[in-house]
Amino acid sequence: MKREKSKGKGKLLGSLFWTFFKIGLFTFGGGAAMIPMIKTEVVEKKGWLGMSDILNIIAVAESTPGPIAINTSTYVGYKVAGAMGAALATLGCALPSFIIILIISFFYEAFMKFTPVINAFKGLNVAVILLLAIAVINLWKEIPHNAFTLVLFIVGFISYVLLSWFNLTFRFISLVFILFGLVIGILFEAYKVSKEKKKA
Amino acid sequence: MIYWELFYTFFLIGLFTFGGGYAMIPMIEEQTISRGWATASELQDFIAISEITPGPFAINISTFIGSQTAGVLGAICSTLGVILPSFIIILIVAFILEKFIKNRWVEGALDGVKPIVIALILSTAFFFFVQLVFFGGNSVGSDFSFDLKSLTLLILLAGIYILYNKTQKKRMNIILLLVLAAILGMLIYSVG
Repeated sequence: MKREKSKGKGKLLGSLFWTFFKIGLFTFGGGAAMIPMIKTEVVEKKGWLGMSDILNIIAVAESTPGPIAINTSTYVGYKVAGAMGAALATLGCALPSFIIILIISFFYEAFMKFTPVINAFKGLNVAVILLLAIAVINLWKEIPHNAFTLVLFIVGFISYVLLSWFNLTFRFISLVFILFGLVIGILFEAYKVSKEKKKA
Repeated sequence: MIYWELFYTFFLIGLFTFGGGYAMIPMIEEQTISRGWATASELQDFIAISEITPGPFAINISTFIGSQTAGVLGAICSTLGVILPSFIIILIVAFILEKFIKNRWVEGALDGVKPIVIALILSTAFFFFVQLVFFGGNSVGSDFSFDLKSLTLLILLAGIYILYNKTQKKRMNIILLLVLAAILGMLIYSVG
């Protein structure tokens, strides 16, 4: 019985590793662009987590230090199979990059002159814009659509774009934005609590 | 020792980066150039390659600098260094948060954070688009250069993706979309 259980766990860990190896291999342009892949592989194919879990994880990954792709892999791995799951998902996500860059780094001057490959990668960078747009649509479906979320979203987008456009960004800008959302969220909850109290 | 130096430099870079891999570029420039691990122009090549190759940018650039500075073992040290702070912090946060996720105040706070996170992702998409199509891939405000090829490719890809989803009754596989992007990129950018 016990052995069978540990066998099942081993299989799960192996499957986590390969899933994130695949995700790492097909991630271009940073962590948020891997959301559509995570949706397909982790939510739809494996059924390990729901999209609302993924949104929570992305929110945490964006608000903590470090690369978003790594934060996300670690968190998903942890939720699916504990600390070992976290380690294997993270390793799986990092390994394709590591191998590819290690190979390129030995002859990168020649690589830069290899135009067909460079052009293919340029095409992939265009696809990143599409991936991010798909990610936005996927995640938007997971939040309640009311005045509160809509105003936060629009204010967040416009102020971030304006600040970046006029070069007024600073090192911890995304953290400040997240903290802003956090405070507003708590204030709104306090408002709801006080309204409930009045009714009662 | 160089291996230890690589490890802890990238550990610090990982620890003090907020908002994803691209946010670490200034710190990487400061550290690698002052330590003599790369010249400014070498670093420019490393960053350019790390941006276009698969995988998280942070891992790519760390592996690249580690490998160039001290070979395979150097690459292992710098990459582990950049991953480790994330890994430890997320384990701790996940452990605590999973216990309180059903708490009404935690839920309320997350409900405020979620629209902001989605707005940040949309802003990233917006800037990628504007930089690529109107500023030749450089930052906003640099010399204007309209890139018709990239715009055509984007419209083509979006069109194929939407048409596929409408006609096939199932969503297009992301890997298929990326393979298409690579092939079309090879064709479009090699013309003229």
